[in-house]
Amino acid sequence: MELTARHQEYWSKNLRITGILLAIWFFVTFVLVFFARELTFNFFGWPFSFWLAGQGALVVYCLIIWYYANYMNRLDIEYGVAEGETL
Amino acid sequence: MSMFGTANQSQSDFKKGLNQVYTWYTGGFVAFVIVLAILEQMGMPKAWIGYSFLAATVLLYAGIGVLSRTNDAAEYYVAGRRVPAMYNGMATGADWMSAASFIGMAGTLYLTGYGGLAFILGWTGGYCLVALFLAPYLRKFGQFTIPDFLGARFEGNLPRLIGLVAAVLCSFTYVVAQIYGVGLITARLTGLAFEVGIFAGLIGILVCSFLGGMRAVTWTQVAQYIILIIAYLLPVVWLSVKHTGVPIPQAVYGFTLEKVTAKEDMLLKDPKELEVRGIFKARSEDAAAKLKDVPAALAADTAAAQKKLDDLKAANGAVADINAAQAALNALPKDEAAAKAAYTAARTSNAARSNPPIRHAEPFPGKDQAAQDISRKNFMALVFCLMIGTAALPHILMRYYTVPSVREARESVAWSLFFIFLLYFTAPALAVLAKFEVYTVLVNTPFDKLPEWIARWSAVDKSLLSVVDVNKDGILQLAEIAIGGDIIVLATPEIGGLPYVVSGMVAAGGLAAALSTADGLLLTIANALSHDLYYKVLDPNASTARRVTISKMLLLVVALAAAYVAAQKPADILFLVSAAFSFAAASFFPALTLGIFWKRANKWGASLGMIAGLGVTMYYMVTTQPWLYKLTFGTAITPEILKANMWWDIAPISAGLFGVPLGFAVIIVVSLLTKNPPKEIQDLVEHVRYPSLDGKMGAAGAGH
Repeated sequence: MELTARHQEYWSKNLRITGILLAIWFFVTFVLVFFARELTFNFFGWPFSFWLAGQGALVVYCLIIWYYANYMNRLDIEYGVAEGETL
Repeated sequence: MSMFGTANQSQSDFKKGLNQVYTWYTGGFVAFVIVLAILEQMGMPKAWIGYSFLAATVLLYAGIGVLSRTNDAAEYYVAGRRVPAMYNGMATGADWMSAASFIGMAGTLYLTGYGGLAFILGWTGGYCLVALFLAPYLRKFGQFTIPDFLGARFEGNLPRLIGLVAAVLCSFTYVVAQIYGVGLITARLTGLAFEVGIFAGLIGILVCSFLGGMRAVTWTQVAQYIILIIAYLLPVVWLSVKHTGVPIPQAVYGFTLEKVTAKEDMLLKDPKELEVRGIFKARSEDAAAKLKDVPAALAADTAAAQKKLDDLKAANGAVADINAAQAALNALPKDEAAAKAAYTAARTSNAARSNPPIRHAEPFPGKDQAAQDISRKNFMALVFCLMIGTAALPHILMRYYTVPSVREARESVAWSLFFIFLLYFTAPALAVLAKFEVYTVLVNTPFDKLPEWIARWSAVDKSLLSVVDVNKDGILQLAEIAIGGDIIVLATPEIGGLPYVVSGMVAAGGLAAALSTADGLLLTIANALSHDLYYKVLDPNASTARRVTISKMLLLVVALAAAYVAAQKPADILFLVSAAFSFAAASFFPALTLGIFWKRANKWGASLGMIAGLGVTMYYMVTTQPWLYKLTFGTAITPEILKANMWWDIAPISAGLFGVPLGFAVIIVVSLLTKNPPKEIQDLVEHVRYPSLDGKMGAAGAGH
């Protein structure tokens, strides 16, 4: 089946959100961790870099995935590419 | 079987039923633990509590296996594609968290501090890649295995077979480690021999996956997740209440970490600690001196031991002393080769123990700027390999074939990470709380007042825990404790002074973690062999019943082979597990993601890219990892060879750092040099990119 302009638009929106979320993932994982020796100010008792690698980054990862699932599930409906009801 | 779904039941009724079953199940498990706790107070022996946990949980898993037995291909391979997102998330959590996560992780964090956080980051952050790049698209593709996708997308059996080899390679190394863990825990819990423990555990694994394939494994994994998460969280919460008065350890252990850091400063310059570390340093130097002239040193050692024995005998010494001197003489190395090995070991182990304790919260430790940079580079390389590997391990990706829709696949990744997160963000808290306990309660205790669990665990295995009064002052110094990582989780209940029933529950949790992962891996291997090799390549006309039967036979063979290898107690098992991540990362990740996001990627690009990625990863490991080097070249690796073979100072565990980019590069270059993939392949790519092109249920998405 030929793709319509709507289909193309859906895919480019998907690529855009994927890119944005990937950039956040990269920043938290590799950029902040790279500067871990510098980011050691006190954060509720933890040195910030220790808290980030032990908990903070994990929370960000969870949020990234939740956000993506919600965004894409809405986008499916908006662009009429959602699957029909399953059983 | 109605409990796990009948053919014509609606999805919402099915979900309601599952909620009921697992609520009752969780309540039942809690009641079971409470009953055992009461029995313990009434005087039930500890060994019986261990047996009860082992028998009850393994029988339970077997029961679920029997209830969900099936011969239907879709049920057997992908649980009928009707597992709701949340339950698939739990099953993925159990599938994912192995003995290494449950038992090993907190121990690694205890021993390496910030360095261990690479595993926490890598093994959670990888799910972002699963969610963004793979899970929804693989679900839309909707076949049975990961090589299936490679075969369909890259036109033919060559990419399928390469994928098959890679899938078997990483899953098999991984499953050996799981079965090893099962043997270890069973042996601990019951006192059976290690080899017997392995085969007892194997029965627990097989009953389930053999009878019901993916369907049985899914519902067992959900049950196993519930046990393992309760078993992990309860002791940490208890310990946290004890130290901080707050039952949420994850929120308050920062303050405990501050206390640990303050204590580290004291221990680093404490004169008694310095004295003990000095003794170890002297012992190491002594061994180094002996290594310069092994025959002379061995002769001198023998003469000295003989003289001591003779003196004691001549002086009519106590019988115990004479026996000890005789034993010391007997324990000396028998020949030069043995002596050389013994002195080398003494040099390294004593040198290691003469090091000051690490600072728990310090990132990338190192003696100077250059060492710190290398440490940082390796930390980030390891995070990279573990993340990409997570997003490429076939037994995890396969789980997303089992949900009903693309929508649920996306939600399911979110649930998966949430359930994994619960354990992973608790592990650093557990490590810090245990360290606090050791630093403040144990250190500086007189030897005759040590808590009882010390003696009990030293008796189990010297490599797990040993305390010796090295400087003979009658007081325990930190440097006098040698502690193995695996003890942290297993002994936490005793460290915190909890009843034995909690220890039994923790062991059952560890068993659940190892069994669930082993189940998933065995199924991956057997399915890949039966579906991709037998059905797709050797006999495309095979009936579904025959394929399922073949898969079951293969499952038995693979399980026995893995058990056989595990029973040999292969060296460096932890390295093998981590190696599986680099293998998976380098072979699958580039081909899978480019297959979905780049229409131009073709058969030759993908095939050569997978081979190149896997090849360079293997090459780097073989030339830089001591155990593999010896296995391949027959001689031990020397520091000079190691230095010459290392690229950019990267440790062998992170070999995927080179394999992944090379894989991408080869796929892109070779694809551009060869023909466009045909129209129907490009249509397939369109097909997987949209949950439904016309808003209706896709035909291929429906199943088989």
